Amino acid sequence: MRRSPALRRIIPAITVGALVLAACGSDDDSSDASDTTDAASDAPVDSGVTDTTAGDCAATIDEGVLTIATGEPAFYPWVIDNAPESGEGFEAAVAYAVAAEMGYEGDAVVWTRTTFDEAIQPGAKSFDMNLQQYSITPERAENIDFSLPYFTSNQAIVALEGSAAEGATTVAELKEVKFGAQVGTTSLAFITDVIQPTQEPFVYDDNVGAKAALEANQIDAAVFDLPTALYVSGVEIEGSAVVGQFPADAGGTTDQFGFVLEKDSALTSCVDAAITTLTDNGELDAITQEWLADFTGAPVITVE
Amino acid sequence: MPDRPTRRERYERARRRRSVVIAAISTIVVVGALIVLVPLTPGWERVRQAFFDGDVFVETFPGLLDAFWLDVKILLWSTPPILVVSLLIALARNTRSPALFPLRAFAVIYTDVLRGIPVILLVFLIGFGVPALGLSREWANPLIWGSVTLVLSYSAYTAEIIRAGIDAVHESQRAGARSLGMTSSQTMRTIVLPQAFRKIVPPLMNTFVSLQKDVALVSLIGPVEILRQAGIDKATYANFTPYVAASLIFLALTIPCTRLADWALARQRARTGATTIA
Repeated sequence: MRRSPALRRIIPAITVGALVLAACGSDDDSSDASDTTDAASDAPVDSGVTDTTAGDCAATIDEGVLTIATGEPAFYPWVIDNAPESGEGFEAAVAYAVAAEMGYEGDAVVWTRTTFDEAIQPGAKSFDMNLQQYSITPERAENIDFSLPYFTSNQAIVALEGSAAEGATTVAELKEVKFGAQVGTTSLAFITDVIQPTQEPFVYDDNVGAKAALEANQIDAAVFDLPTALYVSGVEIEGSAVVGQFPADAGGTTDQFGFVLEKDSALTSCVDAAITTLTDNGELDAITQEWLADFTGAPVITVE
Repeated sequence: MPDRPTRRERYERARRRRSVVIAAISTIVVVGALIVLVPLTPGWERVRQAFFDGDVFVETFPGLLDAFWLDVKILLWSTPPILVVSLLIALARNTRSPALFPLRAFAVIYTDVLRGIPVILLVFLIGFGVPALGLSREWANPLIWGSVTLVLSYSAYTAEIIRAGIDAVHESQRAGARSLGMTSSQTMRTIVLPQAFRKIVPPLMNTFVSLQKDVALVSLIGPVEILRQAGIDKATYANFTPYVAASLIFLALTIPCTRLADWALARQRARTGATTIA
């Protein structure tokens, strides 16, 4: 009589426990099975595209139209006035040049907006290619496709007047500085991996947070890619300046921006071919000169 | 003699056994169906890769656990002030003297305003706003002002829970205590509040669990706690698995908390002689 309430409680617990174990065990089996089915169903899709069309460049989500995504809002100098349709701003201009190489001109280019998360989520994508200063890294490439780089960016430090970071010429002089950066940027990795300050950096959702933290005296300096840093210091944060930039290959890694495409997208090789052409014929350089020429000047900080 | 079950006891035991069997079978059917059906969906492989990547999980889990310690610390140092402030606000709202009307009015405005503003807005407003008034680096620390925000917001919620608990104690308890010669504050302290707190354990735990998760909002003003760390890892690997890992870590805290509260409550019901009716 005494035992039965305890038993009553334990039996369901055991049942559920066994089920969970069973679930974990069978997970491998079922995923193996779906691996094979997935591979099998992938193959006809790929061959279908190459069979029926003139090339990979036609494999867009909407036939005859290339849908390009960028951020909301898209920031200066990457896109001017948050209007990529104008083709004004570095990334807008690059996007139209690449699209033209791929065979899409004028109305055949459609813009949409996504967050970073939407770009990496599984399932059907709302865009053919996405550009919003995505840094190319091998870890990310496991889950999404990157095009060849269209820009190589330097990291730079923005600080208010009188900051502890002012006047630094080597990384060693930055060890005691309290840094801030935007989440998910190469700048944050740059702080922790290359500068390695003694205090943990603070992290914000966007430039605006870093700006507020500078003004609230919570950080000494913020790190951005150079064009963003120059824009932020020149326009957004009054009384701030770019106190230094790092060489592009500082810390053994180069920060390069690429288009993001769905993993194993048929378009990727086509985008790569377009970027290669634009690089070889000098057009990419010309676009960079046109939109980012004013975004290169800052004292250089050496790494070791 | 006591070892021999009566017919009624035998019958009840058989009924219970039957319920257990039915519960087990239905659980097996439902969970089994999920395990079999979900992997059959066409997008499962992509979903598995994006949310349940074993390598990313192993890679990021230690860092997330490390970052979670900050959440726990914020939770631990914010909870006592929340309880104290909310009790004061609830008591202020329960005063009955006409001279204390301003106090009551303050309590009403406090709860109305602080409950009405989304926590996320308060975090920005107080976390960036107050330090920008010109505080020194130590006092501008976002951990301080993030915690202050949580205390303000959650004490407003908790005050209302406590007030409801106080109101739920029957007026006759108060009347009885006063008729025995207790002062108004003695009545509150020894008669009303103990009964009130017993009634509000479940909603208090509910709020506590909610706070455990809202602690993550402090990361909006800089500090890297578990959700922010998960966001950083997500961007590094272009993979959502760190969020799943973070959820598991949160569950490891919240589930024991609620179980503990349930257990305490059940024990109390048993002790105070409350009967359970099936």
